[in-house]
Amino acid sequence: MAFSLSAEQERELGRILSRYPNKMAATIPVLHLCQAANENWVSDDVIQFVADKLEVGTAHVKGVVTFYTLFNQSKPGKHQVWVCRTLSCALRGAEGILHHCEKRLKIHAGETTADGKVTLRTAECLASCGSAPMMQVDKTYHENLTTERVDEILDRLIAD
Amino acid sequence: MLQKTTFLSHSYAKPDGHTLAAYESAGGYKNARKALGMSRDAVVDEVKKAKIRGRGGAGFDCGTKWTFMPKESKKPCYLVVNADEGEPGTFKDRTIMERNPHSVVEGCIIGCFGIGAHAAYIYVRDELHLSKERLWAAIEEARAKGYLGQKPFGLDYPVEVYVQTGAGAYICGEETALLNSLEGRRGEPRYKPPFPAQVGAFGCPTTVNNLETIAIVPTVIGMGGEAFCKLSTLAEFNDGGSRLFGVSGHVKTPGVFECSVGLTLRELIYDLGGGILGDKRLLAVIPGGSSCPVMLPEELVNVPGDPRFEPYNGKSVLDLPLGVETFRSVGGMLGTCCAIVLSEDADPVLALHNLMRFYRHESCGQCTPCREGCGWIERILDKIVEGRATLDELDQLHRIASDITGNTICAFGDGAAQPVLSFVKKFRKQFEDYVLTGGKSQTKKLVA
Ligand SMILES: Cc1cc2nc3c(=O)[nH]c(=O)nc-3n(C[C@H](O)[C@H](O)[C@H](O)COP(=O)(O)O)c2cc1C
Ligand code: SF4
Ligand code: FES
Repeated sequence: MAFSLSAEQERELGRILSRYPNKMAATIPVLHLCQAANENWVSDDVIQFVADKLEVGTAHVKGVVTFYTLFNQSKPGKHQVWVCRTLSCALRGAEGILHHCEKRLKIHAGETTADGKVTLRTAECLASCGSAPMMQVDKTYHENLTTERVDEILDRLIAD
Repeated sequence: MLQKTTFLSHSYAKPDGHTLAAYESAGGYKNARKALGMSRDAVVDEVKKAKIRGRGGAGFDCGTKWTFMPKESKKPCYLVVNADEGEPGTFKDRTIMERNPHSVVEGCIIGCFGIGAHAAYIYVRDELHLSKERLWAAIEEARAKGYLGQKPFGLDYPVEVYVQTGAGAYICGEETALLNSLEGRRGEPRYKPPFPAQVGAFGCPTTVNNLETIAIVPTVIGMGGEAFCKLSTLAEFNDGGSRLFGVSGHVKTPGVFECSVGLTLRELIYDLGGGILGDKRLLAVIPGGSSCPVMLPEELVNVPGDPRFEPYNGKSVLDLPLGVETFRSVGGMLGTCCAIVLSEDADPVLALHNLMRFYRHESCGQCTPCREGCGWIERILDKIVEGRATLDELDQLHRIASDITGNTICAFGDGAAQPVLSFVKKFRKQFEDYVLTGGKSQTKKLVA
């Protein structure tokens, strides 16, 4: 089925377009909007939809989607977890946090749990170096992590 | 010299510090109102006198950058605020967005006026959801009060401020990549010239400033450029005022601290950062984000022939005030002023390995030396860490990094080369130990 937005999302799209001197400039924010409305991924239908709305080619939209890591080209789990592993976090035990997540979720970084609940990923520096180690769960930062805290957080995701 | 200031951080401890009410009760928006009553030249003049070195890493003088904008322009002009904050170890701009977003909005009004723009885009990396939310809320509050829009403060200078989001790409912090991203394209850096002041966003004259640079501008207008500049002990190095300093890694109390320019690394690590975890020995520090050369406490300042360096010559680099030119003169780089601290527990070979994985992952791939070089470097480091590399390969690291330097479209290439060149030179023994013995005498870990 072709992708479409709700009436409220269409109004948001209108607000986004009003910020820029041309339609192409809205590519990234509109892709974010559509990705959120499409179970967090950018399908070919979404690409076609965005290209039509912004009057740009699908090749342009696809080029943008493939450049940025936060556009998912396949459907992720219901929740997305990113463990930062760059130097400041690594100095504070990021590797241990990541291994703990892998063990607990029984998957490797880059994979999704069999029930489709959680996708585990690594991230590069998330501007939270002073509260390392840290991870991002969906839109929320969890900082100064311990394995106990990680368990609490993951338990909630698994139960959801 | 350690001199704490609170121009940006006065609101940090208050639960409602991000609101308009709190900002105005601390005198907020008076300075934008004042600036819009001045002439454009007078505003730029104050900013020039303040000697604000760009807080985004390159340290270019803010007021001078503003003078590059055309006096008269047939095309619209834009202010673009860089809040991509992706440089490893850097976490200062986020504190402003979350806890003092109105300083950014007020800075945008003054910045727009100073460069002849009527619209500002604040480009925030997508992951910083709370930052974006707080900025948008601040913009809405300011608009509702009539501080933005057609007639800010009832005066005839329309200003609009928008938040734009990235989508996960470190390279979009590079200003021309950021402009491409803002235009809805892949975030690939552009050739310079033309510079953004001639051809920037949407083909129009544009100034790109770091978010902290913009957020401090209201303070400058409030107290006057000269008075602001004098807060610094490095005014004679053209490095004025006060700024945010961050410290992370193996210190007891990591965090962001606002101080006058002139702070030393020793003060940042031991006084503000509380000293090294477990009171261990300090091995090394990367002063301002991962693209700066690593420095050792044993390194001494030696800049003969410049009287300004007399007080520091012969002392450890830890005692040299953190400034753009002071650090450049000792072969270092100030960068974003957010230091990463390594104690003796940290294995420097693993630290470089960690960083070079980052650079290999983030290279946009346009330039062969950067794209291929970062890949080769990572693969050689993989082998070194596994104890499978030869001394010849260790030497290749230096050659590859040197070949990237200066041969690329953007400064990412140099930024990727700096850690390699400095780590391999300063920790030669440790790298050789990995090659010769598989790293028998190394800690083989990063955690303290
Ligand atoms: C690879 C790379 C990444 C950068 N990332 C950032 C960043 O995240 N934030 C930032 O303000 N500047 C960043 N910069 C510097 C910008 O290109 C630019 O110099 C800066 O935004 C100008 O603002 P300023 O003069 O106020 O510092 C980066 C530069 C390079 C080469
Ligand atoms: S130096 Fe690297 S990041 Fe910069 S344009 Fe070239 S390939 Fe891209
Ligand atoms: S290194 Fe993990 S947030 Fe910066």
